[in-house]
Amino acid sequence: MNACAIEVTGLRKSFGKRTVLNGLSLSVAKGTIFALLGPNGAGKTTLIHILSTLSDPDDGAARIEGYDVVSSRTAVRRSISLTGQFAAVDEVLTGRENLTMMCRLCGLSRGEARMRTAELLKRFALEEAADRRVKAYSGGMRRRLDLAVSLVVSRPVLFLDEPTTGLDTVSRRALWDTILGLKEQGITIFLTTQYLEEADQLADEIAVLSGGRIVATGTAETLKAQVGGEVVELRNRQDEVIRTIPTSGSVHDIRQTLNEIASSCPPDTRMVIRKPSMDDVFLALTTVEQKEVSHA
Amino acid sequence: MNKLQPNAKSASFAATNAVFIGRSIRHSLRNVESLLMAILLPVMLMLMFTYVFGGAIDPSGDYVNYVVPGIILLCAGFGSSSTAVDVATDMTNGIIDRFRTMPIRSLGVITGHVAASLARNLLATGIVIGVALLVGFRPAAGTLEWLGALGVIVLFILTFTWLFAAIGLVTGSPSSAGGYGFVLLFLPYLSSAFVPTSTMPAWLQGVANHQPITPVIETIRGLLTGTPVKEHVWWAIGWCAAILVIALVWSMLAFRRRGSGR
Ligand SMILES: Nc1ncnc2c1ncn2[C@@H]1O[C@H](COP(=O)(O)OP(=O)(O)OP(=O)(O)O)[C@@H](O)[C@H]1O
Ligand SMILES: [Mg+2]
Repeated sequence: MNACAIEVTGLRKSFGKRTVLNGLSLSVAKGTIFALLGPNGAGKTTLIHILSTLSDPDDGAARIEGYDVVSSRTAVRRSISLTGQFAAVDEVLTGRENLTMMCRLCGLSRGEARMRTAELLKRFALEEAADRRVKAYSGGMRRRLDLAVSLVVSRPVLFLDEPTTGLDTVSRRALWDTILGLKEQGITIFLTTQYLEEADQLADEIAVLSGGRIVATGTAETLKAQVGGEVVELRNRQDEVIRTIPTSGSVHDIRQTLNEIASSCPPDTRMVIRKPSMDDVFLALTTVEQKEVSHA
Repeated sequence: MNKLQPNAKSASFAATNAVFIGRSIRHSLRNVESLLMAILLPVMLMLMFTYVFGGAIDPSGDYVNYVVPGIILLCAGFGSSSTAVDVATDMTNGIIDRFRTMPIRSLGVITGHVAASLARNLLATGIVIGVALLVGFRPAAGTLEWLGALGVIVLFILTFTWLFAAIGLVTGSPSSAGGYGFVLLFLPYLSSAFVPTSTMPAWLQGVANHQPITPVIETIRGLLTGTPVKEHVWWAIGWCAAILVIALVWSMLAFRRRGSGR
């Protein structure tokens, strides 16, 4: 039995002359939460579209639960559920009707559909608005309905494209709990986000997409060491940075780091402990790669 | 964990279609303006042709019997044209992506719109015939002729609805879909719908006699009012079947292309 829920190798996709995915590879273990980070236009949505059978790759292969996304589409569709970046709900129908419709399309009987709908309306705090048309929903309500719709049945793999964009703090926390709860059930979750904090809170593994490839990957901890913790920065007498050492920011870790480097440092070395903004490091990580690609 | 089995469940073909048809019918019922238009416009046209133009076109007062089949088709053409907008709206809204990633036959979205259009148009046709009877329409048809006429009307509505669905699929936006659809609505005016083609200039007769609307109208007129049907019925069925097949194939290709061309 394959332990990978998602396996991508050498994926390429271009729109005209514009190469969006340039030999992207990654794998996601079953039952884990995987967060994909990347700046606007990095190709996150493009990747999700390919993984969810909405568009075909130009080259390379992707497998979901062992099924190829091009040659075994139907099997893939039976294994996934998608919440796209932009709400995909029927504006003319009410929230309840939207959910019931999706339940029925997923093969639930009328009775089951009614029960499941009520359950989801409650879970996403939409009971009050249930019988209003979606056209009159606020952005956040629409988003919550959209998420509820993709949880109508439990498929093994769930794709969430920027699920918390546009949600207020309460709804965001609630959604995080929901996502963690789904993981408990054994569902594999592939999500994209703009918020490093979100990836940090949820993900077992984080990958950074830039220049059409994964430029960094690791657990929340290892990436945090690179981008999130305290950085020990060594400067010479001319105040030039000679070395930066990422640390977790704990007293222990910083002390250990200092112990390790103290003997090898020139006597006039000065030290600064600073908190890099995640965005700074993320930016550094993603812009370097883009330069490389444009040179190639 | 047993809930996570892929292949666990997916809706049957019949259930999928029932859901999509239900959805489109809800859409139709909630779009009150366009539903009203679909019903009121043909009624108004009929009253206008009977009472305003009728006297000038045919002073004997028998014009209503001539014009009813034309109004029915005009109404069906108009009613089915909104399918182009409905389909284009669905294709540009994210919901189609959701349907496509589900293990269902997502072309059902389109079939749903077609079925709703058929229902809407048959309702409008019924109302038109009712009003026609009130203003003096005296059909000479027996049950068989009525059934025959109904069959031709259904075929015509299906044909034009699928054609408009295809237009909705290939045009990028709801508003341009509406625009292209409008062009087709001139066809009934260039047919024997309102005046016999023999009263038209020769070059126009060539157009009017060789376009699909004329034989359809002559067939319905013949069946309902007893004018000779002759070979018109075969031309009507032939035209509709040919256009229907083209529209179906075109729709399916366009639906598939819109999916993977990204
Ligand atoms: N259908 C398309 N035709 C042409 N170009 C496209 C198409 N879809 C996406 N692109 C281009 O591909 C690139 C990646 O887009 P994508 O939507 O995958 O980015 P993203 O990482 O999801 O960005 P965001 O964070 O803004 O959602 C963009 O430059 C975009 O312009
Ligand atoms: Mg995106």
